[in-house]
Amino acid sequence: MGMNLQQVVFGILSIISLITALGVVFSKSPVTSVLCLILTFFTIAGHYVMLNAQFLAVVHIIVYAGAIMVLFLFVIMLMNLNAEGEPQKRNWLKYAGAISGGALLVVLLAALREASLPSLTPASNDIGLIANLGQTLFKTYVVPFEVSSILFLSAMVGAVVIGKKEH
Amino acid sequence: MPVQYYIFLSIALFCIGVMGVLMRRNAIIIFMCVELMLNAVNLLLVAFSKMWADAGRVDAAGAQIFVFFIMVVAAAEVAVGLAIIVMVYRNSQSVDVNIMNRLKN
Repeated sequence: MGMNLQQVVFGILSIISLITALGVVFSKSPVTSVLCLILTFFTIAGHYVMLNAQFLAVVHIIVYAGAIMVLFLFVIMLMNLNAEGEPQKRNWLKYAGAISGGALLVVLLAALREASLPSLTPASNDIGLIANLGQTLFKTYVVPFEVSSILFLSAMVGAVVIGKKEH
Repeated sequence: MPVQYYIFLSIALFCIGVMGVLMRRNAIIIFMCVELMLNAVNLLLVAFSKMWADAGRVDAAGAQIFVFFIMVVAAAEVAVGLAIIVMVYRNSQSVDVNIMNRLKN
């Protein structure tokens, strides 16, 4: 069977992202989990580039790998959880969690196995470029954009209020 | 390349996130698994955006704008959630989610 370059890149990126996602769940130390999650985010950004969402890929790396994961690392370092052994949950609960997740996977795969959807063409388009996205954001979606700025402001105030020491 | 490949990858990432939320007790790890689930959905939205762009729709960029808004909500959620986790740690010296049982009393 002939595999074109697109499929090869997709396969490599997918394998790396699945392995690192499993690493997030199963690694003992929280710092290893964070580093695995950063790798997952980079591979997802690679998928975005493959799907013609170039600007979204850049924003994804800046927001997730640059800001959110640094916040996670900062909190973990602050709490000194590095060597903390997680208290053992009862084993059957762990198995129940794994089996539930696996069952959900099987159900969703079975439901969508025979869905008839079109193929993606390798041809590129300019949907994901910043000119096009900016036009869409500031013409069609300008009200949600402003609402999201209010959401950010209230989240910032909320974080400060929650984090403040009580007297 | 069939768009199903991306659907299956997103389902797998989402289910790994669900598994992590159910299996782990460390609140920070649970939080990271929620981020993983949000990203699986984002990947699916971008794949559908590409599918609609291939079909010649001019409004296919709407899905990518939606991904922007999900990122905004995720960032706000992380800020508030980590503040809550830091407060829980400060009060109980632990990030074990079972500690939350004490809210009952």
